[in-house]
Amino acid sequence: MKRGTREYTLWSIGLFVILAASLIPVLWIASLSLKAPATIGEGGFFPTEWTFDNYKSLFEGGLDSPLLRPLINSIGIALIATTIAIVLASFTAYAIARLQFPGKLVILGGALAIAMFPPISTVGPLFDMWRNLGLYDTWAGLIIPYLTFALPLAIYTLVAFFREIPFDLEEAAQVDGATPLQAFRKVIVPLAAPGMFTAAILVFIFCWNDFVFAISLTSSDASRTVPAALAFFTGESQFTAPTGNIAAAATLVTIPIIIFVLIFQRRIVAGLTAGAVKG
Amino acid sequence: MTGAAESVPAQAAPEKTPKISDRTKSERKLAWLLCAPAVIAMLLVTVYPIGYAFVLSLQEVDLRFPDEGGFVGLDNYATVLGSDLWWQGLFNTVFITVVSVAIELVLGMIIALVMYRAIFGRALVRTSVLIPYGIVTVVAAFAWFFAFDPTSGFVNQLPFVADDKAWFGDRWSAMSVIIAAEVWKTTPFIALLLLAGLTTIDEGLYEAAKVDGANAWQRFWRITLPLMKPAILVALLFRTLDAFRVFDSIFVMTGGGQDTESVSIIGYNQLISRVNLGLGSAVSVLIFVLVLLIAFIYVRGFGTAIPGRERGAN
Repeated sequence: MKRGTREYTLWSIGLFVILAASLIPVLWIASLSLKAPATIGEGGFFPTEWTFDNYKSLFEGGLDSPLLRPLINSIGIALIATTIAIVLASFTAYAIARLQFPGKLVILGGALAIAMFPPISTVGPLFDMWRNLGLYDTWAGLIIPYLTFALPLAIYTLVAFFREIPFDLEEAAQVDGATPLQAFRKVIVPLAAPGMFTAAILVFIFCWNDFVFAISLTSSDASRTVPAALAFFTGESQFTAPTGNIAAAATLVTIPIIIFVLIFQRRIVAGLTAGAVKG
Repeated sequence: MTGAAESVPAQAAPEKTPKISDRTKSERKLAWLLCAPAVIAMLLVTVYPIGYAFVLSLQEVDLRFPDEGGFVGLDNYATVLGSDLWWQGLFNTVFITVVSVAIELVLGMIIALVMYRAIFGRALVRTSVLIPYGIVTVVAAFAWFFAFDPTSGFVNQLPFVADDKAWFGDRWSAMSVIIAAEVWKTTPFIALLLLAGLTTIDEGLYEAAKVDGANAWQRFWRITLPLMKPAILVALLFRTLDAFRVFDSIFVMTGGGQDTESVSIIGYNQLISRVNLGLGSAVSVLIFVLVLLIAFIYVRGFGTAIPGRERGAN
């Protein structure tokens, strides 16, 4: 098909608009984070007075600093929840993709229903239960609900990937003399690994992103995650707005996401559309 | 779970096959064993709490006054449904949902078409739209808040915008920024789903339509849209339910002030800020019922296929 100059121009404009629209809010917050407090009111994208103080003060005081503890909490909680979710979801997805049993549809339908479940509806009871069980303001208190809401996403993504695995290969390996365990480990696991990795990325983003549970089920830096900590940031004194600090923290937690997206974009897109479930 | 595993083959046995082989039986048992942990984990934090929420909603439970309390029947529901705050919150939630999902669908379709017809830089567009998707919602909300905030923002310095416009001082301007942030954050998801739908359409159909003299608009309206109906409906269903839970952006930008509360914000304020678990649980249960209703309307009214079902049926 021939491409005319007009089509070429139109497409370039479209490309430019999409790029600008996705990047400007991020660039703005990054630019704010580098502006000295006195110049924060300047409208320009390039700081006239550069400073890294906003970043430094986030980590001053070690574990008592505004961001270090929440950052550790966020990473720890998201990693643990993701690992458990992927292990449990792989069992389920393997059974659904591979085995014949009644109740498959019930599990898939139920998982879908849970994906649509409004988290706020469980916050009150969990708040009450967790206080009685001693799980309030602990890592476990957040890991458990994250696990629940991440499982449907993980199951759907993994089922979609596992269905593509040619399981006949497993039998072929056994005919060639491999034990069932060997066949599973040497043939199926390598084929399943990319799907599991993709599901893990999506689940991690989901846990990293949560706000409702994070502000409802925590009360201190013992388990507050980054999004919750950000919302409760206060200025250095009563008279300074924490704009610079929030912007710096926001930029810091966004950079890994952008790197992640750059490296794994193909996987993320494949996972999102394969599962057709959003986190 | 093991109980279900044993009873299921027993009932299925007499109708279908006269005898279920041991292999089938053990396969089913294995399947249920594999599924059990995930199923239990999913039920633990959804079905049990929502039941508990229902129980709480029928009582007077206020943690500030732990000695008072007791069964009050539907009083909490009457209080919630009789308050202007709830109806305003519901209106705000529906308004934000309908407007943002409508804009997202149109924009998402345009971006999907742009990516599909990419002449160059398809990967660049994909990367750039994935950035809003990956960003923490709270961070996105702050980004938009700071951009529109009169002291730290740049929007008021743009031409045609009053320099001192207080975006978050007025209900409707605050709602527009909230909607803009929602749209920015979630359009990529819709665009990627729609792009996946687009790629399943047979190119030959367009060629045939062209030969028959259909113009670009007709081709879009008569071929693209009907064939993408399943993808569109799935995207709509997910986004509608997701938008209905809107919380993070409102919490960050206005904290529910200027009459911008959503139902989730009302629930949070009752449950966590005022620790009135009785009233708050009534709000929670009402939100749950509304979500069920939306899902029911989509599945029954529009015939949205549940993803995975057609392939799962084998």
